[in-house]
Amino acid sequence: MLQKTYENIDSIGRAILTIKAKGVHNKELAELIYPSGERAFAQVIALDGDQVTLQLFGGGFGVSTDCKIRFLGRPIQVGFSNDMLGRVYSGIGQPIDGGPELMADMVRVAGPSINPVKRLIPKDMIRTGVPMIDVFNTLVRSQKIPIFARAGEPYNRLLANIATQTDADVIIIGGVGLKYDEYHYFKQRIEEAGSKNKTIMFIHTHRDSIVEGLMVPDLTLAVAEQFALQGKNVFVLLSDMTQWSDYLRQVANAQDQIPANQGYPGDLYSQLASRYEKAADIESAGSLTILGVTTMDDVTHPVPDNTGYITEGQFYMKDGYLELFGSLSRLKQQVNDRTRPDHRSIMNAMARLLSEAEERVKAQKFGSVKDDYSLRLLEYRRTFQRELMDPFRYLELEDALDICWDILAKHFKKEEVGLSSKLIEEYWPEKGTYKILKDGIHE
Amino acid sequence: MHKATGEVHSVNESLVGAHIKGGAVMNGEVAYIIIEDGKRLKAEVIDVKENNKVYLQVFEDTGWMKVGDPVEFTGLPLAVKLGPGILGSVTDGLQNPLYELGKIEWFLERGLKVDPLDNTKKWHFTPKTKKGDKVTQGSVLGVVPEKLFEHKIFVPFSLSGEFTVQHIAKAGEYTVDEPIVTIKDGSGKDLELTMAFEWPVKKSMPFKERSVPEKPMPTGIRILDALFPIAYGGTACNPGPFGAGKTVLQHSLARHSQADVVIIAACGERAGEAVEVFKDFPELIDPRTGSSLMDRTYIVGNTSSMPVAAREASVYMATTVGEYYRKQGLNVLILADSTSRWAQALRETSGRKEEIPGPEAFPMYISTLISAFYDRAGVEVLGDGKTGSLSIIGTVSPAGGNFDEPVTQATLLSTGAFWGLSRALSDARKYPAIDRIDSNSKYPSLLEEDEVAYLLELLRDGKAIASNIILMGEKGITDASYIRYQKAELLDAVFLQQNSFHEVDGVTNPERLRFMFNMVKKIIEAPVNLKGKEAIRSHFNFIRQAFLDWNYMMPNDDGFEKQKTTLLNLVKKMGHVAENV
Repeated sequence: MLQKTYENIDSIGRAILTIKAKGVHNKELAELIYPSGERAFAQVIALDGDQVTLQLFGGGFGVSTDCKIRFLGRPIQVGFSNDMLGRVYSGIGQPIDGGPELMADMVRVAGPSINPVKRLIPKDMIRTGVPMIDVFNTLVRSQKIPIFARAGEPYNRLLANIATQTDADVIIIGGVGLKYDEYHYFKQRIEEAGSKNKTIMFIHTHRDSIVEGLMVPDLTLAVAEQFALQGKNVFVLLSDMTQWSDYLRQVANAQDQIPANQGYPGDLYSQLASRYEKAADIESAGSLTILGVTTMDDVTHPVPDNTGYITEGQFYMKDGYLELFGSLSRLKQQVNDRTRPDHRSIMNAMARLLSEAEERVKAQKFGSVKDDYSLRLLEYRRTFQRELMDPFRYLELEDALDICWDILAKHFKKEEVGLSSKLIEEYWPEKGTYKILKDGIHE
Repeated sequence: MHKATGEVHSVNESLVGAHIKGGAVMNGEVAYIIIEDGKRLKAEVIDVKENNKVYLQVFEDTGWMKVGDPVEFTGLPLAVKLGPGILGSVTDGLQNPLYELGKIEWFLERGLKVDPLDNTKKWHFTPKTKKGDKVTQGSVLGVVPEKLFEHKIFVPFSLSGEFTVQHIAKAGEYTVDEPIVTIKDGSGKDLELTMAFEWPVKKSMPFKERSVPEKPMPTGIRILDALFPIAYGGTACNPGPFGAGKTVLQHSLARHSQADVVIIAACGERAGEAVEVFKDFPELIDPRTGSSLMDRTYIVGNTSSMPVAAREASVYMATTVGEYYRKQGLNVLILADSTSRWAQALRETSGRKEEIPGPEAFPMYISTLISAFYDRAGVEVLGDGKTGSLSIIGTVSPAGGNFDEPVTQATLLSTGAFWGLSRALSDARKYPAIDRIDSNSKYPSLLEEDEVAYLLELLRDGKAIASNIILMGEKGITDASYIRYQKAELLDAVFLQQNSFHEVDGVTNPERLRFMFNMVKKIIEAPVNLKGKEAIRSHFNFIRQAFLDWNYMMPNDDGFEKQKTTLLNLVKKMGHVAENV
């Protein structure tokens, strides 16, 4: 294909440039050539007659009207090869770990979604060792689920924990808007866990342009999808999708798009969905699971709100705890009837009692909680929080279920917990015979 | 009309501007844009502008399109092909069968073209008219068996005037594309008809005669059937924040509603949810018909990562198919999940067209479109004492779970029942988390009117007492109030709450609903002589437990009658003096 170079730049913005050109394709990749000969990537995002709008991967700062644009005659692609394992790449797919560029097959980025008939109904539990996940909101292979948390909560630690504690064949980390130390932390954890040779990282830190950050999920998912098609169970970590949405807002704004809610573009939902929907358990192939991070202050903010409608639940982290209320795994019903016979029932019973306790917490503010049952509910709530809600306490599922029984027996009579007589007979520990719970802790 | 040709002038995501080079162009017509690799991308004209310019919304990804790419206009609006073979199938928003597409490519590559109805399958056609008969639109030319019922082959509803049958095929096996009838119009012109015809999706099919929805449609969901029912031909609005149980409720409705045909319009939602339906339903037996649930189901999947412009098409297509099966004399239910995604698609396009935005940047005309959509539901009188109905249940996904937003509000104005999902109820695991106080319905219940009022009154009392308890503690209220409160809680726990994942409890037929209600009423009206909050709570716990155990039993289970006796004894005990309990 003829690669023409154009010189008549019309306008330069923070992340957008317009130029007059002909024969250009929508979404075509281009090269911005500085007078010094330096180069940066750009991509066509809109066409209007001979006016072409490009988004600049290096940002608009320092771009001058005597720069040139060369259209490359191909869309954005990313390399894909097994040799990428253990390596770190930028948001434009270039190695940033000091290692050599690889010869790799190029695969398309942001391709169409898989035909739903090629999807399997998810059915394999992923054991994480985190009791609030394994017991109450079970993670399932091919699930797409973010952690909702305030900035400052240890969500990246949990992300790294889950990734390294599970049996994924390949881990791909997409870091968007990471602080340098967060990037370093992921790298270190992966190395410590001995998972480096099954991990690829696409990293965008705050020093890189937002357009590169916008590309990270697409590159990450394109590569992940290829591994999944080869039969691998792939675990994708995306942190942080709120920053990604913010970049989306900035670029939309630069294009004069009419904002919908809080300045976000009207297609925020579709944009997030086309990324998260890459998660799939693929017929006669592997699977792609996405664990994301959505930082937020308020769950009704457009980013967590739209995300919640897209993902298959969320893990809600607050004050360092994984909360029961506000967390949800939409796929847990697919697997938690095949773990242990008491799993579903005890999960529901514990949740119902905790919800009753939450009512008492409200009432307590009015000083109206005095009866014995209510006081026991409040104690139950404290034990629950201490024993189960710590996201960094590692417990096998069976131990976690046992500790649930221990907690119930510690605070309640058998008839108060609403469990079937059959289960109670099998699992109810008598006082002093707790399996896991350390007795003798008195509030 | 002289079909137009043109070429692409501008590209902005799914919105493409084109210059017309010649011919007439119609707002709403379908056009194809031919990109460099020869692929034909389907699009729809959504605006005709000055200087021979039109705007198209493209139903596929516009990557690699360029200025100057040729555009071919078809002169025809976006249409759906109606005929035998729709039931049991799964298509995208443009009626491309997904299983057929899956044989060509693993991914939903653009520009693929597959026949909407299987044109190799032979159907057994039995003629119902003969040569020389006079027919008009909607006349039944013949029938073919389709799954559970006899599929009528109509004179297309787009034809007007009287026709004479010139020739009709003998009984036998034919495909949907084979001509089976020749009719002659008043001017003597012959017209060949097949078993299928096309109808523009955005145009509602005219009612032969319209009637009002007044017969309740059992859904198997107690809180709906008892308190907030939907009627055959009615409409319901089901808004709720994410995670409040919309999806589970939709699946439950799709499985258990007593409709003849269920159409699921998965509009802009998770692919996984549609997959669960079309992979599970073929395995599930509908107890009312004894055959697979998929036989009565049609799924239109335009899921969230499929091209946005086709979302609107998917909703309208589902509706048109629904109207067609209503014409067949069937009770059709459409589950549109979610109408908010459709509205958002309109918002995206409207924004790109730089229209002046309304509230929350939705286009000004959103409320009109929503009302017109729900108006396509209704009861149709077909003659010979036969009726058909089309009911629409639309879910709404309001931003932030706040119902005070344009889509929810427009939907509330257009529908007959409102099922508001509440996060507080879902957090408390009280499923279905349909707000017991704020929801409403104007359709008749399976219970009597005064019985519904009776239950609602108890629920309101219970809520009022509950807030007093929070303020003043259990000690701050009388035993009598506390008993009233426990009764309201019991009603909620054993009657309104339902475990949709449980084989027995997940669906309640009208008969069982009646005797469950009778039992609930008996408990509510039973005298209570318990003294002290602890004793009252504890006794109601036992009743709740016994009732729940009973809910999980089939009427023909061994323990069913015994459990009923246990329950009744517990109720009787409440009336005794406190020491006896």
